[in-house]
Amino acid sequence: MNDYNFAYLDEQTKRMIRRAILKGLAVPGYQVPFASREMPMPYGWGTGGVQVSAAALTPDDTLKVIDQGADDTTNAVSIRKFFEKTAGVETTEETEKASVIQTRHRIPEAELTEDQILVYQVPIPEPLRFLEPRETETRKMHALQEYGLMHVKLYEDISQHGAIATAYAYPVKVEGRYVMDPSPIPKFDNPKMEMAAIQLFGAGREQRIYAVPPYTQVVPLDFEDYPFEAGKADHACDLCGAEDSYLDEVILDDAGNRMFVCSDTDYCRSRREAGHSGRLGEEAA
Amino acid sequence: MSLQTQSSVYAGGFSNPPVAAAHAFRAAMNAMARPGQVQDISGATPPEGISVAAASLLLTLCDPETGVYLAPDVNSEALRGWLAFHTGAPISAAEQADFALGGWDALMPLDCFRTGTPEYPDRSATLIVEVPSFEAPNAVLSGPGIKDTARMQLPELAAFQNNAVLYPLGVDFFFTAGSQLAALPRSSQVAAEV
Repeated sequence: MNDYNFAYLDEQTKRMIRRAILKGLAVPGYQVPFASREMPMPYGWGTGGVQVSAAALTPDDTLKVIDQGADDTTNAVSIRKFFEKTAGVETTEETEKASVIQTRHRIPEAELTEDQILVYQVPIPEPLRFLEPRETETRKMHALQEYGLMHVKLYEDISQHGAIATAYAYPVKVEGRYVMDPSPIPKFDNPKMEMAAIQLFGAGREQRIYAVPPYTQVVPLDFEDYPFEAGKADHACDLCGAEDSYLDEVILDDAGNRMFVCSDTDYCRSRREAGHSGRLGEEAA
Repeated sequence: MSLQTQSSVYAGGFSNPPVAAAHAFRAAMNAMARPGQVQDISGATPPEGISVAAASLLLTLCDPETGVYLAPDVNSEALRGWLAFHTGAPISAAEQADFALGGWDALMPLDCFRTGTPEYPDRSATLIVEVPSFEAPNAVLSGPGIKDTARMQLPELAAFQNNAVLYPLGVDFFFTAGSQLAALPRSSQVAAEV
């Protein structure tokens, strides 16, 4: 077959990661420390997600990897090839066919099922880190449920900008206990986090794993008079015409022309294949 | 040690460890993520006295870094030898154990196991409880991983309710019978079936 152990990591490393995943699932939203390994890719390229995926994969799985919603970007292609080579698993670009989906900064538009696992790549797992740099202090704050500082930050957003300006990595409270960083997904995706699939989060450089079991309560932090709003660009997709998907803005030329396209490439492709078309759909096809 | 116990000590591991452990872990993860739901797990052929499910869990999760406590009802020379050969896990006292294995009554008292610290609630024991079956649900569960409610057979209710009160501290449970397992994390609320 090939010269790698199944899914690259050695068995003892996988056991260590698996134990961390189980404790993460038992305490949703709590960051479990783990002995992150060096992976054959740089930090920031999903080393945490890759390690979690490697520990969770079985040979029967079908893997999908997305980067900002896209299946065809460097990061997604590289990780997909990595697991094709080291685990010999099937890969796909279609959300419905995948049993394990590793993602960087998006949740697929298609609703996930109970048979799927979503693995997030996380850069900074600690939602309080930019407010309090000391790990000893943030540990204590989580232990004491001392989240006032986060509310002050959101309040300062309102006092400066008139609204909560945090657009991605919008902090959530899990099952009424732990404040958690959902990874830098747009806040548009936050409401989707109460889903049927298992959600696992891996931060390689920061050496943390956390998890959200299916149907767990995930509530974005907000205020009664400034409730959470899941925002997106006020356009339809220029290729497939979707009005309900998260959009990327693409500059087309120097004359100020631009287009909005679904960030979820599989969603956009499947809609176009089903005959939907947007403003620029004909030319692009 | 007689020749026969020796051979049973060396036999019974995963035939293809990376793949068997991956499948066994998937069952364990699905169980822990969906409390009360029964999963199939196999791969290990244990020495007499413990179930296939419990043995497969031990092979999947234990290694020289994890202390294992064997309750009096399962603590045999054959099992200690089997565990040492296949996992290298040290046998430890209940107070220091990462994993504990045994029947419910033999594992008691529950409060001797580690429940974690407020800063590190993950530093807690996982109990693998051998049960006769999953067929007579007497408890209704709710909480993370459960859509509305789930039903499950538990050895008793009060101990699990007390454990849930400690949240986010507490111990987590796997229940094993034959080649099946189910789990009850500390996050689940336990009520009596009406």
